[in-house]
Amino acid sequence: MYKLLLCWRYLRTRWIALASVISVTLGVATMIVVNAVMAGFSNEMQTRIHGILSDIVFESHSLSGFQDPQWHIDEINRAAGDQIAGMTPTVAVPAMLSFQVRGQWVTRQVMFIGIDPKTHAQVSDFGRYLQHPANREQLSFDLREGGYDTIDSQNPTETPTRPALEHAGWPHRRMRVNRERLWKERLESKNSAENSPARSVDQQVDAMLAATSPADDSSETPSDTAATDEKRTNPFQTARPKQGHVMDMAEEQFTGIVPGIGLASFRNRQGVDQFLSLPGDDVKITFPTAGTPPKAVSDNFTIVDFYESKMSEYDSNFVFVPIDALQRMRGMINPQTGIPSVNSIQIRLKPDAKLNEVRDRLREVFPSDLYAIATWKDKQGPLLSAVDMEMAVLNILLFLIIAVAGFGILAIFFMIVVEKTRDIGILKALGATSSGIAGIFLGYGLFLGLVGAGAGLILGLSITWNINQIRQAVEWCTGSRVFDPSIYYFFQIPTIVHPVTIGWIIVGAVAIAIGSSVLPAVRAARLHAVEALRHE
Amino acid sequence: MSDLEMPAQKTPMLETRQIYKQYQSGSTTLDVLRGVDFTLEQGGFLAVVGQSGSGKSTLLHVMGLLDAPDSGEVWINGQRIDNLPGREKDRLRNNSIGMVFQAYHLLPEFTALENVLAPLLIRHGIFNWFSQKRAAHEQAEALLDRFGLSDRLHHRPRQLSGGEMQRVAIARALITKPRVLLADEPTGNLDEESGAGIIEALAELNQDNGLSIVLVTHDADIASQARGIVRLAAGTVDMINPGATGSAA
Ligand SMILES: Nc1ncnc2c1ncn2[C@@H]1O[C@H](COP(=O)(O)OP(=O)(O)OP(=O)(O)O)[C@@H](O)[C@H]1O
Ligand SMILES: [Mg+2]
Repeated sequence: MYKLLLCWRYLRTRWIALASVISVTLGVATMIVVNAVMAGFSNEMQTRIHGILSDIVFESHSLSGFQDPQWHIDEINRAAGDQIAGMTPTVAVPAMLSFQVRGQWVTRQVMFIGIDPKTHAQVSDFGRYLQHPANREQLSFDLREGGYDTIDSQNPTETPTRPALEHAGWPHRRMRVNRERLWKERLESKNSAENSPARSVDQQVDAMLAATSPADDSSETPSDTAATDEKRTNPFQTARPKQGHVMDMAEEQFTGIVPGIGLASFRNRQGVDQFLSLPGDDVKITFPTAGTPPKAVSDNFTIVDFYESKMSEYDSNFVFVPIDALQRMRGMINPQTGIPSVNSIQIRLKPDAKLNEVRDRLREVFPSDLYAIATWKDKQGPLLSAVDMEMAVLNILLFLIIAVAGFGILAIFFMIVVEKTRDIGILKALGATSSGIAGIFLGYGLFLGLVGAGAGLILGLSITWNINQIRQAVEWCTGSRVFDPSIYYFFQIPTIVHPVTIGWIIVGAVAIAIGSSVLPAVRAARLHAVEALRHE
Repeated sequence: MSDLEMPAQKTPMLETRQIYKQYQSGSTTLDVLRGVDFTLEQGGFLAVVGQSGSGKSTLLHVMGLLDAPDSGEVWINGQRIDNLPGREKDRLRNNSIGMVFQAYHLLPEFTALENVLAPLLIRHGIFNWFSQKRAAHEQAEALLDRFGLSDRLHHRPRQLSGGEMQRVAIARALITKPRVLLADEPTGNLDEESGAGIIEALAELNQDNGLSIVLVTHDADIASQARGIVRLAAGTVDMINPGATGSAA
């Protein structure tokens, strides 16, 4: 009983001990916040990666792919059909994407992915990341009349609006085509645009805008612009040039593509997206054909939507196209049988299916020298483990802060033991056992640890739960962006509080507090009663 | 072991046999106690006198189990106690031996009442304490009242005078109803009058309650109030007035 009473009395008279509690508190609070943010970040990344990749990716090693996806799908179904919710074939090839910005050709290296618009949404969250509400329902590679979101559907409150997308689609395409036509007419008739009396102010402005691009869109040159027998009402087929038929660019489109939003836009310091091109614009893509050696072929495509997973790596790398069009253009359809080849099959599992088990079952069935079968986690292994590693290192560093606090407790406790030597002698003379004396200091340490960790818990959780408000307040005070969305691609700092992690942090902090009171406690317990009593 | 050597008459309350104690400081060895045989009868009241540095405190600490002798035995009420394990010694210190010091040795964080209660606080665990608390408080208050401190219950030691502190210390030594009280110059820091009061109180305890007392003192006047005087010199003791020692019943 005296232990408790003494702990309490010592605490009440020695507030200095609380100084070391403050560093425990700060350490615990920082660890909680950092872990919550890192976990939120990692989770956000994983959901995004998972949203892009299907659960299991079944791939061929070669660019030419494997023949007969339907046979493979049947085989996969036979091997692990009970756990599979959906499958879709894809073709993915590296490619070069070129588009014109103010007359300059911009070329980017991309991953050109042929997908089946009907089934692709079944295996990943692909649909969620599109900008047109109707495409989110069911993707169509048909340019829409308009109605693209000017407000980010994934984050309506925080993202700045994108007014540029308001006229995207056919209106944008018609305007652009008309503008280009006017420009061409002007060039051909050698009349200056200013002298034309029939023009409206709008058209004059358009013409002036168009005049800033000195070179013309090559797709407009008669040599390049070929005829097509397919109207835009039949968008799933490639716009194949046909001799002698001039394509009406204002009314027809090339094969639709959905590029990542990062390919066609950049985010400025204010977090506002600036678009280099819009749905309705045409681009050129150069990609290798199937066969050995692959030959590069180019074709025109029309942007019909943007893909925004908010994983900048994917958003600035992926371009989606209808799989049948890509197969045809790459020569992946067997001319004799008409059976197409694909690069990979994306597999979505049922919610309660076991990821690795299905992968292993498929690996048994399909020889590994021909097929690469990997889960989405395998695919992103390096990235995910890098995040885990980062988290581990941060945790070690932050734990050192608490350890430093532990040394503070150690020093303060040693001081108290020295200062209280005579009292310790008195207690021994009155019959206190050595373990009882040690218990005073251990209990004291436990108390400091609990108070420090408890205060840290409260502080940490309140920071975590209000981190976005705090961010805004800091931004408001300093005038600079603390969390730059152009870098992070999130507008809110994501946080996840794992109770188990918090439990470990608290246990660790309390253990450090107790641990650092062990030495002083042992010293106190070992004091010789008589010498302690003589102590001045 | 207690029936090793039962004396014909009553078992002595406290006995030391051939206590040796050396202090080593650097290369010099100081033989403080060289075969001390000391006997305190039941209900006895002995004064230990001797020059400063003669080892009176050392002897008292050995008898009170605060210090271990180099050799020799300490017996209390027919039981050898110097070779008991640590916990047993702690228990004996808590139960059977009351100690009073020259420097009072009160706990500064505790009030007078709590200081008196300290041995009981040490004895009882937290759950036990709550059942004992009321009785213990009554007992402590009664003791303090007996020493004229009923209006000082909640004073801290530094708010008390020397005489008051020493009376609190005696009350603390008595709360466990010990068999023997060891007092090391309890009046050393006090003025004559307060000192006399303390000695009177001790004499009264011996007289009325039959408490066995060993009182270490410099003061011949004080020593003369005991029933026997033991002189410690050159590491051994001689009884000055052995006739008075064992007579109390
Ligand atoms: N820890 C120690 N180390 C070395 N010498 C010690 C130690 N403790 C006591 N002494 C020596 O032992 C001798 C006896 O000390 P003790 O305190 O018993 O004397 P005392 O008779 O009580 O003296 P006083 O009347 O002044 O209190 C002294 O000479 C002292 O210097
Ligand atoms: Mg002394």
